[in-house]
Amino acid sequence: MPRLLSSLALSLIALGLISCGQSSGPTTGSGELVVRIGASSPLTGPQAHLGKDNENGTRLAIDEANAQGITIGGQKVRFELVSEDDAADPKTGTIVAQKFVDLKVSGVIGHLNSGTTIPASRIYSEAGIPQISPSATNPKYTHQGFKTAFRVIPNDTKQGGELGRYVASKIGAKTVAIMDDTTQYGQGLANQFEEAAKAAGVTVVTHEHTDDKASDFQAILTNIKAKNPDIIFYGGMDAQSGPMMKQIRSLGIKAKFMTGDGGCSTEFLSLAGAAGEGAYCSLPGLPIEKMPKGEDFKKRFNAKYGEIQDYSPYCYDAVMVMIDAMKRANSTDPSKYLPELAKSNYDGVTAKISFDENGDLKGGVITVYQLRGGKWVAEETLGAQP
Amino acid sequence: MDIFLQQVINGLVQGSLYALVALGYTMVYGIIELVNFAHGEVVMVGALVGLSVIERMAARGETGWGVIALGILVAIPSCMALGLGIERIAYRPLRKAPRLAPLISAIGVSIALQQLAALIWGRNYLHYPEVLANPQFHLGGAVITQVQLVILATTGILMAVMWVVVQKTALGRAMRASAQNPAVAGLMGVNVDRIIASTFLMGSGLAAVAGVLVGTYYGVGNHTMGFMLGLKAFTAAVLGGIGSLGGAMLGGLLLGVIENLGAGYLGALTNGTIGSNYSDVFAFLMLIAVLIFRPSGLMGERGSEKV
Amino acid sequence: MKSKVLIALLLIACAAALPFATDALLGRSWVRLLDFALLYAMLALGLNIVVGYAGLLDLGYVAFYAVGAYLYAMLASPHIGMHWPIWTLLPMGALLAASFGAVLGAPTLGLRGDYLAIVTMGFGEIIRIFLRNLSLTNGPAGIDLIDPIQIGGFSFGASHSLLGWDLPGIYSYYFLFLGLTGVIVLISNRLADSRIGRAWAAIREDEIAAKSMGLNTRHLKLLAFAMGAAFGGVSGVLFAGFQGFISPESFTMGESVMILCMVVLGGMGHVSGVIMGALLLAILPEAFRPLSQLQQATFGQVWLDPANLRMLLFALALIIVMILRPEGLWPSPVRRRELHEDDDASPFAASTPGHSQ
Repeated sequence: MPRLLSSLALSLIALGLISCGQSSGPTTGSGELVVRIGASSPLTGPQAHLGKDNENGTRLAIDEANAQGITIGGQKVRFELVSEDDAADPKTGTIVAQKFVDLKVSGVIGHLNSGTTIPASRIYSEAGIPQISPSATNPKYTHQGFKTAFRVIPNDTKQGGELGRYVASKIGAKTVAIMDDTTQYGQGLANQFEEAAKAAGVTVVTHEHTDDKASDFQAILTNIKAKNPDIIFYGGMDAQSGPMMKQIRSLGIKAKFMTGDGGCSTEFLSLAGAAGEGAYCSLPGLPIEKMPKGEDFKKRFNAKYGEIQDYSPYCYDAVMVMIDAMKRANSTDPSKYLPELAKSNYDGVTAKISFDENGDLKGGVITVYQLRGGKWVAEETLGAQP
Repeated sequence: MDIFLQQVINGLVQGSLYALVALGYTMVYGIIELVNFAHGEVVMVGALVGLSVIERMAARGETGWGVIALGILVAIPSCMALGLGIERIAYRPLRKAPRLAPLISAIGVSIALQQLAALIWGRNYLHYPEVLANPQFHLGGAVITQVQLVILATTGILMAVMWVVVQKTALGRAMRASAQNPAVAGLMGVNVDRIIASTFLMGSGLAAVAGVLVGTYYGVGNHTMGFMLGLKAFTAAVLGGIGSLGGAMLGGLLLGVIENLGAGYLGALTNGTIGSNYSDVFAFLMLIAVLIFRPSGLMGERGSEKV
Repeated sequence: MKSKVLIALLLIACAAALPFATDALLGRSWVRLLDFALLYAMLALGLNIVVGYAGLLDLGYVAFYAVGAYLYAMLASPHIGMHWPIWTLLPMGALLAASFGAVLGAPTLGLRGDYLAIVTMGFGEIIRIFLRNLSLTNGPAGIDLIDPIQIGGFSFGASHSLLGWDLPGIYSYYFLFLGLTGVIVLISNRLADSRIGRAWAAIREDEIAAKSMGLNTRHLKLLAFAMGAAFGGVSGVLFAGFQGFISPESFTMGESVMILCMVVLGGMGHVSGVIMGALLLAILPEAFRPLSQLQQATFGQVWLDPANLRMLLFALALIIVMILRPEGLWPSPVRRRELHEDDDASPFAASTPGHSQ
């Protein structure tokens, strides 16, 4: 036994001394530069359908970029997607972020949820790796002072704010009941909405909390029923708002229902069923048909991956903006193309993309949709600057 | 008052689902002193098998309670087979092992079932097709739907049937004997292995019904739905006194009502400091309070330990 | 005697070389995984005191991990604006967790086996729900920008160069965790051989007999809870400094269950076994990750989702190990003798179904 142990130990020590640190990052082979782009989204769990959608949007962009045969800094470049699952869990998100840093990726598209994006952003900032989120809407993400944090979608100050005003002016509601799912995104959006609604003169009769794994909301809804609001607002995801809608109607509550971008998906349609008629939701940005290059993107995406869920066009744009910055800096090195990224002025699929000093998208708009005849129909676009 | 009544109605419906699942936990524990961690997952399998059946029927254009019933009829043997399989493969070899080994094995089975379900049915939230017109009835200002009434009726009947089986039939007598003292029961001619298998069979059958009812009630099915439900049901079984059938039923109903009343009134009672997000805390604290004063649960036997 | 010293030295050398070898063979993220594995080892050793030594089934152990982590996070980050050093926070974390252990253990003293399990589980959940909802702990967003651990001027989070090589923080943390794990191992072994340890064993095997021999079972059980909790608190403090970010999602019941699996799978009550169980279960899910490439290579397509397949194999491993070796993979020799007494073909060693301690 001791002999076995000693030989084992010796070999390990030898290995340890021989090696040290494995090099990752851009690798060259046959004159081609391989540039790794990291993408993180929930590929498991209740939001897997959205996560997969994000991954598909990113992949489409990368495949198309590779098909174009881009040259940067005199070298032919091939982009490689490193896709990881963060399960919408903040802790897993940081582990994924560490992995990307260890792999020395040149940029990250992610994450999907605000709750994962925000803690991960610190890790990317410390490593100097530019990060563009296609879907995280919590304002805090870009207000931490990180030069590497960007977003190609308007944030919740915008979303919550516009919705609060919309509810007062267009829907004419006098009283509102608010619920959130106690996640950073859901609670953040609900709080922004509450502020804006109050400022617009709407009375908030109650602000309840549930969580993002619950399926029975009847106790809270019964409470809300007693207060008889004109409209119920939910900050959270479709996996909850769908069943919630059903329970609202089966309890005999007549109030209107509104939710944010988390519920503005096809999943909501199937989960809420007939009870969903008349519900409102909002998505940052324009409806796909009105986007500058939306119809064309839709055709290409549908051909490969089927229906667009929510954010895939934004993922596509995020990749393209990143590559555009690399081209302008003539380098795939994060420290070189980061300043160019901040100065972007790119005609994307979703909109003209440029960033303010925090990394937020300049000039974002919100579109409100209503469920009619089993489909989301675009009602109105808010917040456009003249 | 209407609101109170509504909360109670919702609580009783939710509670009866807990009770149905709690029966499975308590029967198995009574006879082999094992917490069947995988029981919640058996419920989930019942819900998803039922979902597949109902989906096929709905695609053909069938509607109505018959479709649901068919779903249940297919789910029951599936879950029974599953339950028997689990008992035979993961628990029986460990009957003589230190008591934590079968517990870990049960945890393994629980995780395995969740992952298998994810592989078979996918990870998305699946929706139960709407095959029921769900009329509402009014009791004063409160609303009770047809689905809720069916759940209350079904669980009531099943619990009554279980009671009769356990108290009045030979099988039930054998079960009670095996739970009390397996060695002596064996000497009296009871095939204890067969009885244990029957226990799992019955528990799984109930789980199947509960699964399809839960799916129909909330309209959603997902491979993770068994975990929380199982946890709550187990809490209910302990609350009522684990090993006691009446305790499981009482515990389930009580837990459902407490949860709903808690979520409904905590905010009002504490003037907003403690809101509905603490309703689970409330339920657990109740459990702990009960156990401090009645360490064997509400209806548990005040067992003096065998010295 | 000489061979024992030799073995110990070899083990130390192996342990010292391990991160370098791993980095070379498998990549840097595996070294990070080693650090996490050591944190789990500390947790498992703590739970081992409660479950393995004293026989108290605690299903809410992760609560103490959370207490330590949040203490450090709140007092060493911009959250409140305090930046206390590790010298103060590590013992504070241990003490705070120990008091939580005693407080949470107190109501459970009269409960038997499985009731104890559900109550401790309830406590674990209660603590997590509070962490998730209190603004003091920043609710679901968790606490970010936590200070890395620093001793004197040496920051464990930063890279340091040693003999010309550049070693990132994960190496420094590895050795820190290794050292502290060693300390906990020493304490555990001393406890096991002490009067307290033997008293715990008596309670574990037969509480009534222990009581009738004059042991103060109440105090002893509380001590077990407190000591086990203290180790959990230490691990939590280290975790917060290491990860730099904590949120309530790191402290779910699933984690408690996982730690319990580590203890039982490894060999309940046996320090080496418990460490092995922790390392194995922490690393196993990651080890199954290449499954998607494997499928791609053999079938040309990914049929079965790798994430689910991974967890499925992990679960099957749990079941199989339990069935084949219910005493754990590396039990103490005493335990193995106890559980295989029928191997001597003694006609009187038969146990009946449903036999329990």
